[in-house]
Formats: sequence, C-alpha cells, structure tokens
Amino acid sequence: MKKIVKKHPLAIRWFHWFNFPVLAVMIWSGLLIYWANDVYKIGFGSTTLLKFFPDSFYKALNVPFRLSEGMAYHFVFMWLFFLNGIAYVLYTIFSGEWRLLMPNRKSFKEAWQVLLHDLRIRKGKPVQGKYNGAQRIAYTAIIIMGIGSILTGLAIYKPVQLYWLCNLMGGYKMARILHFALTIGYVLFFLIHIFQVIMAGWNNFRAIITGFEVKKTKNISPVADEKNDISDTEIIN
Amino acid sequence: MASFLNNLFTKNSKLNTEQLIQKKTILSFSFFFLFAAFAFLGWQWLRMQPADSGKTSTPLRKVLNTNEELFASILSDNNLAKTYPVSEAANPARVNGNLGMKTSFDTAKWVMNVIKAKGDTLKLKLDDIKKLPKTEIVFNFKCIEGWSQITYWGGVKFFDFMKAYNLSEEAAMKYLGLRTPDNEYYVGIDMPSALHPQTLLCYELNGKALPMDQGYPLRLIIPVKYGVKSLKRIGDMYFSNQRTPDYWADVKGYDYFSGL
Repeated sequence: MKKIVKKHPLAIRWFHWFNFPVLAVMIWSGLLIYWANDVYKIGFGSTTLLKFFPDSFYKALNVPFRLSEGMAYHFVFMWLFFLNGIAYVLYTIFSGEWRLLMPNRKSFKEAWQVLLHDLRIRKGKPVQGKYNGAQRIAYTAIIIMGIGSILTGLAIYKPVQLYWLCNLMGGYKMARILHFALTIGYVLFFLIHIFQVIMAGWNNFRAIITGFEVKKTKNISPVADEKNDISDTEIIN
Repeated sequence: MASFLNNLFTKNSKLNTEQLIQKKTILSFSFFFLFAAFAFLGWQWLRMQPADSGKTSTPLRKVLNTNEELFASILSDNNLAKTYPVSEAANPARVNGNLGMKTSFDTAKWVMNVIKAKGDTLKLKLDDIKKLPKTEIVFNFKCIEGWSQITYWGGVKFFDFMKAYNLSEEAAMKYLGLRTPDNEYYVGIDMPSALHPQTLLCYELNGKALPMDQGYPLRLIIPVKYGVKSLKRIGDMYFSNQRTPDYWADVKGYDYFSGL
C-alpha cells in the first residue's frame, strides 16, 4: 500500500527555493567583488596549494573588471537574502519546526552512523526521523553560517559606523576572510547537498517541491499507524 | 495522458492513491516551473533595464540610494574609524591610481579655489592651510577594491578649515564637491561625512610633505569613505544642495555614498 505523507510545509518550500537563486546571485556578485583583491590562498610557507582563484576560472565565468556591477547587485540582493533568512528562522521558531531541525543529544552519534552508511562502511539504515542527525547538524550549521555571513558582511560594509561589530568579527581584514570562507562553505554544502539528494532519490526530492512523500505501509490495513509514519520513512537527506 | 487530464478535474476523494500522487505531483511541479519562469523573467528584466551613465541600471541605483539614506542615518561624529599607533603605519604607503594627476603641474603656482555659495572664489595657498591647527591620524585606509592599509596622515580637519574661513553658509549645504586642477578627477561627498571629525585636508604622509603621487600639495583624507573619495591634488572646492559630480559614481557605476 502506498500512502501520501505530508513532509515539508509550503512556507519552508518557499524559503528554500527563494533562497537558492538569491544565494546564487550573492555568490556570483561576491565573486565579482572578490576579484578586485583576490589575495586568498591555501598553502604553507611559500607553497601555494590552491589559489582563489585561478585566472582560467575568472575567464570562464567572465568575472574580471566588473567590481561596480558586483557591488551594485550584492547590495541589492543582500536584502532578499537577509529578509528570506529572517522569515525562515522566525517560521521555524513559531511553527515548532525547529524541534525537528536542531541537533539533540543523539544527533552526533546518528550523524556518525549516517556518514558510515554513506561511505558504505556500515550496513543497515541509520535512525531517520524527518531529518537524521547529519541533516540536523547541517541544516542548523547553515543557518549559523547565514547569520555569520550577515554579520561579517555588515562589518566590512560599514566598518566605521558599525565599528563595534567590525571589532567583534576580528577586525576589517579578518571579517573579509571569514565572509569569504563562509561562501566557500556554502559551495561545499551545496555540492554535498546535491549529492545526498541524488542518493536519496525521487521520493525525497519530490517532497521539497510538492510537500509530500509517498510511504509504503507495511501492514495491509489502509489505516496507517500514525506513530510509525515518520520512523519508517525511507532514508531522506 | 487523457486519463491524467481527466484526473486533474476529478475530486481528490474520487481518485485512488496512485492517481492522487500523480495529480498532486504534476500540479506542484507545474507551479514550481511557472514560478521559476517568473523568477527568470524578472532577472532578465533587471539585466535589460537601461543603465545610467555609470552603467548601473535604474532599479539597482534606486536601491543603492535607499541604502544610502538608511546607512547615512547611522553616520555619526561619534563613530570613528579605528586609530593605530604610528609605528604600525605602512611606509611607504601604497599608491593606487593617478587620475587627475597625469598632466604637468606647476606646484609653485598652485592655489586651492574655494568657490563659495555666492560665487566668489577664495584662493588659498598651502601656507593658508598649514597655519591652521594640525591634526594627525593613523587609520586603516580602505580601498573599494577590497584591500586596506594602515597609513599615517597629517593635515587640517575639514571642520576646522570651514570654521576658520567662515564657510558656515557653505557647511550648511548638502554636498561638497572637489576636483583636480585638470578637472579629470572629481568627487562628491555628503556634507555630514565631510564634516566628520576625522576628515582631513591633508598635506603630510608619514610626517613628511605629501609625495607627488600621493597628491602633493593637498589632498583629502576621509576615513568614513572608501579611498576613491580621498581625492589627490585638490584644485577646486565647491558646494551644492544637489549631488556634486562624482567620477566613480557617474562614470563607472559605483555607489555615490560609498560610506564606511
């Protein structure tokens, strides 16, 4: 028997899909800005392992000499990113959804199991509520990162008027580094997120668009046991 | 297909689970792609908006100006750029840009023309500036490109200058304008930022007269703005209640306010 089970509320689907293109514009415009002083790299001593970014990368994305354009878009779309983020956080608080999203005592152990499972080391499915431990950690971390981006962003946007914030963020140069590092963090999050969504399959992906999931009930009886609804669900990421 | 279309107009309660899943899925995805299409069209619309002379399109410029109003409201003489001990200052300081200083220039003949509200011009020599009380500042100079450098400057507070030369009528106007002697480079600055206690008419760098490439004999240092506003080699100073022209905002599409 198949059964339709509600998963993502409409509000969360809106916040999710609204954020996606807005964050993309923020990262793109941020790249146009970063290019004008692209000093960051990973390495030790005089050895550079990774330069942010190679010229070929800039060339492929048509980045060079667009600083003013990048700043204009960044300081327009920051409002959308900020307001959508605030709305999402407020929604999770007032709807009680935060209880499903915040890590709890078991989350770190569960997250470890999820990792082992994903690496094909551990057989058997880890505990899966609406969100598993790894998801709880990731989806809470991304909100903290968002707050971090807004605070470090404000610190480098108005370092004199908001001098206290700039100091709090480690000073002007440090705030710019953090702002950049967080952006790299989003890109890594995005890659893992896409990988997990592909691994989790259609039923899971459909839910972030339609809001519902299709669940196979174990008992023949069409009257589903509500308590089992969530704990039985397929692994979803 | 036909049965699906039929299902779309059938009440949910009359469909079996399989049909309901199909119906809900297709409806949701249709709305999803519809909104995605609207978002894409909105983006295309934004990209196609006519740009002002500075290449920034009208809707973006409107938001930037709104940002300015909002963030200008937190501008305060009590909010100061962080200062540092002289020992931390870079020596030599980075030179970035020579706009307005490419033409030959007779330093001996230099005067600053202060064009007053009523149109008469005050011609001031460097000694007329230097005789006013000197102020020094070591702060983190911030370039709009994203780099910053701790630098050590000396000069006269713009506020003190305005007071000393009885420019109270001019100080009450909304904007200050500065341009180089060759008129090639010019900046516009809102008066509250100009009158900020850290804004200097600057004639010294690292305790010595300004080098030529740093704007000898007199330049602006305005720590509440990006470096683009700290015009080198001041030729004319003027005042207006309308926005004074600004090279980077008018020609290159940057934010006019560019406040920090």
